[in-house]
Amino acid sequence: MARFAMVIDTKKCVGCMDCVVACKTENQTPEGLNRDWIAYESIGKLPDIQMEIRSERCNHCDNPPCVDCCPCGASHVHELGGVVLVYQNKCSGCKACIAACPYNARFINPEGYADKCTFCIHRVETGLLPACVSVCPAHCMYFGDLENPESEVSRLLLSRKYHSLLPEAGTKPQIFYLV
Amino acid sequence: MHELDITRNNHLVDPSLHIWGWQVPVYLFFGGLVAGMMIISGYFLWKGKHKEYNCACFNMPLIGIIALSIGMFALFLDLEYKVHVWRMYATFRITSPMSWGSWILILVYPALFANMLIKVPGFLKTKIPFLEKISEKIRNNDAHIKRIGIINLILGFMLGVYTGILLSAFGARPLWNSSVLSLLFVTSGLSSAAAFVHMIAKDKDESRLLAKADNSFLTIEIVILLFFFIGLLTSSQAHINGAKLLLIGPFAPVFWVFVIGTGIIIPLIMQSLAVRGKINHSPVMPILVIMGGLILRFVIVYAGQYSNWTAAALGK
Repeated sequence: MARFAMVIDTKKCVGCMDCVVACKTENQTPEGLNRDWIAYESIGKLPDIQMEIRSERCNHCDNPPCVDCCPCGASHVHELGGVVLVYQNKCSGCKACIAACPYNARFINPEGYADKCTFCIHRVETGLLPACVSVCPAHCMYFGDLENPESEVSRLLLSRKYHSLLPEAGTKPQIFYLV
Repeated sequence: MHELDITRNNHLVDPSLHIWGWQVPVYLFFGGLVAGMMIISGYFLWKGKHKEYNCACFNMPLIGIIALSIGMFALFLDLEYKVHVWRMYATFRITSPMSWGSWILILVYPALFANMLIKVPGFLKTKIPFLEKISEKIRNNDAHIKRIGIINLILGFMLGVYTGILLSAFGARPLWNSSVLSLLFVTSGLSSAAAFVHMIAKDKDESRLLAKADNSFLTIEIVILLFFFIGLLTSSQAHINGAKLLLIGPFAPVFWVFVIGTGIIIPLIMQSLAVRGKINHSPVMPILVIMGGLILRFVIVYAGQYSNWTAAALGK
C-alpha cells in the first residue's frame, strides 16, 4: 500500500506563489478560494529575525478527523496513497469537516460541497506530479510514496531535519517541512 | 514576537472560522429543550405521575414535535447543499456524532408521537378519530404508558447528550473538546424544559415541583460549568486559550451577563424565594432560564469556532 506524502524544503521556498496559481489553474478553484496558500512564520524582531516561508494545503492526515466526522460518507480516504478526498455528489454541505480540520484547509465550494486539496490525484494516477509540485521554480516541493524507502521523500526525511504542522492536534499530518 | 501571516482568505474560514451562524445554536437549543421535555415527560409517565396531576406532560409531546421541527428546519437552512440532505440517511457512520444524531432524530419523532397518543390533543381528536381509539388502548394499559415513558426518557437523554457530543468530538476546536459539554447541554436542556413546563403548568403543585426541579438543574449546571472549565484550564495551552475566550476574552461579557447572571444565578435566587413562598411565581424567571439556555448555545458555538490550535503553537 502506498502512502503519499509531500516534503517541502523551507530553506528553498521563496513564497513566489507559483504553487498557488498552478493549483487554481489545474483545479479551476473558484475565485477568492484557495486549496493551497503561502504561510510566512516569523520569530523575533529585525535585525534578529528568523523566518520560515512554506506552501500549505490539506495535510492528508493519517488520522483524518474530517473523514471520521462526515455524516454522509462524502469525506473518505482514497484507496491509492491514503489521500483524503470528498465525493462531491455525497456531500450535504453540513460543514462538520471544516470544523474538524485544525488546519482550516477546507472550504465550501460555491456549488455547495466541501472542497480541498486532492494531491491532484487525477494527475498522480496517470503518473504525473501534483500541479503545485510540477511548477515550483525553486524545486522546493517533493511528492512521493513514504512506503517506498527509495523514494525521494523517504530519503529526504531520513537525511534532513523536518517538522509537520500542529502535530499536537493528533491528526498525523503527511506534509513535512524541511528545516 | 512570533507571527504567522498567510495568503489564504477563504470564505467562512478566514480570518477566523465562522462556518456556523445562528442556525446551529438554534437547533442545539431546540434539541436540548426537546430532550429535556422528553426526559421530564418520560419520567412522569414512568413513575405514574400522569395520574396525579392534570399533567402538563400531556402538552409536552406536541410542543416537542413542533420545537424539534423548528430546530431541524434551522439545521436544514444551514446546509450548503440542501438537496443532498437525504444523504445523511443513506449511510451510518459510527465515528460521526452528526450521523448518530440524524438517526436518533428519526427515532425521536415516533417516540414523541407515541407519547402524544396517550392524550390526543383536541384538534387531532376531531380530525383523526382513529387516533383516539389507539389512545384508549394505550391508556387502558399501564405497562404501555410505562414503556412509552422509558423510551422517551432514554431517547431524550440520547438526544441531549448527542447535541453536546456533536461539538465535543471536534478535537480541532479546543473549547468544544470536552466530553463534559454533553452533560452541560443535557442539564441546560432539562432546566430550559423544566422552566418551560413550570410556565405552562396549570396545576399549582406540578408548577411548584418543576420550579424546584429547575433550581436543582440550574445548580447542577453551575457545577458542570465548573468541571468544564477545570478540565480546559488544566489541559494544553490551546484548551486554556479556549476557556479564556469565555472567561476573560471577547465572549466573556455575554457569557457572564446572559448565561451565568441572568440565565442561571438570578433565576435560581428568585425561584428559590418563590418556592419558599417569599415572592410570587412569575413567568419572568423561566423566560430568563430559557433565554440563558439559548444564549449558552450561541456563545459556545461562536467561541468554539474561534478557538484553535494555531495561536497556542505560536505561543499566544
